[in-house]
Amino acid sequence: MNFTLKIWRQKDAKSKGAFETYKVSDISADTSFLEMLDILNNNLVHEGKDPVAFDHDCREGICGMCSLHINGLAHGPGQNATTCQIYMRKFKDGDTITIEPWRSAAFPVIKDLVVNRGAYDQILQAGGYVSVRTNSVPDANAIPIPKADADESMDAAACVGCGACAATCKNGSAMLFVAARVSSLAKLPQGRVEGARRAKAMVAKMDELGFGNCTNTGACQAECPKGISIAHIARLNREFLRAKLRD
Amino acid sequence: MSCFLCNSSLGKKLVMSLSGLFLVLFILFHMSMNVVAIISPEGYDAICKFLGANWYALAGTVVLALGVLVHFGYALILTLDNYRARGKQRYAVTTKEPGVSWSSKNMLVLGVIVLLGLGLHLTHFWAKMQLQELLDNHEVVLCNGQVVSPTDGAALIAYTFKEWYNVVIYLVWFVALWFHLTHGIWSMFQTAGCANDTWYPRLKFAANALATLIFLGFAAVVVWYYVAQHCPCCAAC
Repeated sequence: MNFTLKIWRQKDAKSKGAFETYKVSDISADTSFLEMLDILNNNLVHEGKDPVAFDHDCREGICGMCSLHINGLAHGPGQNATTCQIYMRKFKDGDTITIEPWRSAAFPVIKDLVVNRGAYDQILQAGGYVSVRTNSVPDANAIPIPKADADESMDAAACVGCGACAATCKNGSAMLFVAARVSSLAKLPQGRVEGARRAKAMVAKMDELGFGNCTNTGACQAECPKGISIAHIARLNREFLRAKLRD
Repeated sequence: MSCFLCNSSLGKKLVMSLSGLFLVLFILFHMSMNVVAIISPEGYDAICKFLGANWYALAGTVVLALGVLVHFGYALILTLDNYRARGKQRYAVTTKEPGVSWSSKNMLVLGVIVLLGLGLHLTHFWAKMQLQELLDNHEVVLCNGQVVSPTDGAALIAYTFKEWYNVVIYLVWFVALWFHLTHGIWSMFQTAGCANDTWYPRLKFAANALATLIFLGFAAVVVWYYVAQHCPCCAAC
């Protein structure tokens, strides 16, 4: 398969970026999207050009590092999949593919397709944890947890913090990320104790970092590679409002 | 509390949600009142007379105006925040995400259309009714020379919707309101934290049903009064 790639190139955070066009040919349909970019970079290196910078790590959809906006969609075509789980068979031979970095004021571009997602780390540091000492792994049945609660918590905990939610949202809102973290802990007895403090602290940090206000479009849910539901946003709203009303 | 409602993103959204709920309840009341104009013009005039420029109607008008101001003011503040959060560099290519409604992404535009329609509506009715009573005028001279009482709402409806362009403008207004409500009604439950995956289909169905009921109620009065004045069969009746 042959493709024309329109890729955002930007020397560094302060430079002005622009799209550059590249051609890649003889790509197997079973090549992953990131492997296709590896092939492009290999060609660029052989030509003595600067390779395209892009984030990647595990390449199996669990680390949340890959973060490309492909043909207008976060993580490209395909539902419930990160960029590294997208294969070239999702495209047609001869397609022009536009690749952009996440666009959000809170995620400034560092170079080419790499953005700084440190804002998510700061939100986590504000309260996305449990203070209780857990020591070694406890016995699985030491604290009985209803199956439905455990399932819901695990669904929320599937968030890999890739940033697709804020990058997709027309308001640049990080609500789905914050909600997933708050919800995954709020549904478990160990995390429940600090639920009110956590919700207030994480929302305050989210606001402070300049993320936008959720208007319930549901675009984050549609583009989330882990299929996290906006029902978790409703839970965050409940947790936060209840905590504020008790203040 | 006041800080949280003014400074926090979730607090500001709660204000949007509650002011929206208040406006939806008012719209329901207004629509129900309007439908009476079809069933019984005399009954409608009696309601207009009951409301008139009495203290409770004036208090209601002030609270309503505050509700509109708060809802629209917060919408502007939130939109401005969101514009900043989105950043200066936008995507070159965008694609519609599956399952995302058009109205959810255009609430401000729809709200502005609703507000412009409201301005026109106030000049058509409120300025000729409650305002005239406040000014102690007992008669209103319309552009066609007709003299009506400020409490003769049915006559004002008939006068306004005799013209086709008013009918078209009002129907466009109601369509914008319909779109606004289809997202706004279920969204206020989500913002207040009263939603989950089981309830989303129910809330969205209820929002669509309520928005449609409101649209049909308002549109019926407009179309009824236009048709009644232009259809030869209706005129004969």
